[in-house]
Amino acid sequence: MGEIVIIFFSAILINNFVLIRFLGICPFLGISQKVETAVGMSLAVIFVMTVASLATWVVQTYVLLPYDLVYLRTIVFILVIAVLVQFVEMVIQKSSPTLYQALGVYLPLITTNCAVLGVTILNLNEAYNLLQALAHGFAAAVGFGLAIVVFAGIRERLELAEIPEALQGFPIALIIAGLLSISFFGFQGLL
Amino acid sequence: MEINKLTVSSSPHLHSNNTVLRAMLWVLAALTPATLFAVYYYGAYVVVILLSSTAAAVATEALILKLRRKPLRAALDGSAAVTGLLLALNVPASAPWWLVAIGAGVAISIGKQVFGGIGHNPFNPALAARAILVVSWPERMTRWVGPGLVSAATPLAQYRAGVAVPAHADLFLGLRPGSLGEMSVFLLLLGGALLIYLKIIDWKIPASFIGTVALLTWALPTEGQTAFFAGNPLFHVLSGGLVLGAFFMATDWTTSPLTKRGRVVFGFGAGLITAIIRLYGGLPEGVTFAILIMNACTPLIDRYTLGKSFGSTRGAM
Amino acid sequence: MNDIKVLWRGIFDENPTFRLLLGMCPTLAVSIAANQGLGMGLATTAVLVASNILISLLRSVIPDKIRIPCFIVVIATFVTMVDLIMAAFVPALHQVLGIFIPLIVVNCIILQRAEAFASKNTVWRSALDGVGMGIGFTIALLMVSAIREILGSGTLFGLHVLGFWQSFEPMRIMVSPPGAFIVLGLLIGLINSLSMRRV
Repeated sequence: MGEIVIIFFSAILINNFVLIRFLGICPFLGISQKVETAVGMSLAVIFVMTVASLATWVVQTYVLLPYDLVYLRTIVFILVIAVLVQFVEMVIQKSSPTLYQALGVYLPLITTNCAVLGVTILNLNEAYNLLQALAHGFAAAVGFGLAIVVFAGIRERLELAEIPEALQGFPIALIIAGLLSISFFGFQGLL
Repeated sequence: MEINKLTVSSSPHLHSNNTVLRAMLWVLAALTPATLFAVYYYGAYVVVILLSSTAAAVATEALILKLRRKPLRAALDGSAAVTGLLLALNVPASAPWWLVAIGAGVAISIGKQVFGGIGHNPFNPALAARAILVVSWPERMTRWVGPGLVSAATPLAQYRAGVAVPAHADLFLGLRPGSLGEMSVFLLLLGGALLIYLKIIDWKIPASFIGTVALLTWALPTEGQTAFFAGNPLFHVLSGGLVLGAFFMATDWTTSPLTKRGRVVFGFGAGLITAIIRLYGGLPEGVTFAILIMNACTPLIDRYTLGKSFGSTRGAM
Repeated sequence: MNDIKVLWRGIFDENPTFRLLLGMCPTLAVSIAANQGLGMGLATTAVLVASNILISLLRSVIPDKIRIPCFIVVIATFVTMVDLIMAAFVPALHQVLGIFIPLIVVNCIILQRAEAFASKNTVWRSALDGVGMGIGFTIALLMVSAIREILGSGTLFGLHVLGFWQSFEPMRIMVSPPGAFIVLGLLIGLINSLSMRRV
């Protein structure tokens, strides 16, 4: 149980996927101009990453390992994720068109979110059991969400600022991310 | 526009050099006793650090304003000087002049000017620079010394190691090693009280910040102290950079919330993180990072503590 | 657009990292030292060229509705091949680049080039595009990692280049995550201001 707690907080604060591990940067920089969209994206990512952790763990344990096909993990995992995202998109479209309106355009992008594939491979590398893999996937996504929502808050605030033209857009976003990353350094060595 | 009383309102502020300069001069005045104490305790060398940092800050600001083709008057509004001084007060007495100069340059350029200048920076520039210095040159930034620049351990480091710590009276007066500005709690409190009286800073932030640290360090168990409610809150309040941070850095207008509730939340959050890092983290001191994290959360705090504005139909979020 | 232009623009005008703003994750993560940057750049270029060629060959065959998953399968196949080859022939580099080798499959650059170019152009031009973009990406990686390595460790490709400056103390933040963000941000800003001036 203690181990799960460690995995949980480690993924959110100490090894934050975006700010320390550099996973999920594209959506982090691209979809963080407004807090509402950041929240929406985070929820979608939390769902996908958790379920993807589950699905890939099952595939790894019952298909890849027994049949000695681990070298195919990259292809298999990304296909699982792509199918999962497609499925999630269809379900949301059918069950809640309003939600689909709000989130729909971000869902396909989650397939190429390095954080999703990243966490599934990390689960494999760390040889987590099912519970640990789920905790890790969930926590990593929460960490992603935390980073992106805080980041969006800052960016919204800066809409009125006179940022030098050359720095507008990605450059200033990266600098903010750097400062945000360093403020998370206080959590190093916490566990 | 009446310029007699400084009213704190939402940034971006409409600045005339008059109002900013006046506030900055008072902040410098409030910091003077603690600064002079550092010179007294450590010796004249400290002046090199102070001058280097302040000069580098003002020079960097002037240079960048020139590059951006803005009026240079803004470099003399005192805010760069205050940033330079605050940074200098946050480094050990053993710091070389180039370290603080680089830090000051970073504080003004990356911490402030890239965002468009005063009023727009999301993070406290002096603390952002300090954090960058700590990560860049960790040994230099933790080379704590006593009078005569002899190597010594700070009270928080001693506490961590389980070694005897200075008496509360010594901590209060400042007779212990630490970064230049954090030592004399007494003198810092005097300066802080002045700024509160002049309404330049809001008392809610230091109160909730220090209060939370006191409460949590008393209540929470640690490795050496496994019982609940048996901690040493007075020690924690008096040591490290807490008083300096709570009064002079967490209260920076631009990087702290606008609303009253927001400020209390800010102070509470900073206190919570500081306590957790001090009690359970890998570093002996957490004030710098705690404030930086709360700086980052300030936009969200403002968003969610903004009450119903007069005449609008949008309720409190 | 003639063939030389296809090749050239991937390096400058449409540099994937600095102008198209793609592929940030690896640029930030594996740029601590110049040899890392170079290794990653070359591996990515290999995958990019191979997948561009294959996707271009198959462009009339791949059904439009499922083209993205098809692209991904193609890219993933080549990534797996590169992964195994690197593990066999350059194990030290493979170890250092770690998880970012399999993550090449979600490197936005490769998918973007497949979607925007390879699926609509001839094999030869797709190959050129891949080479150009790959070189551009590698150059960007090299620039970032050179800055980070020199300032953060005082070395370049492992060689002490600042030896003449005896008292140089490396700025450790450069080899940490915050340093990566700030260096890349300032670099893009610098390139932006240079190109603004040219116009």
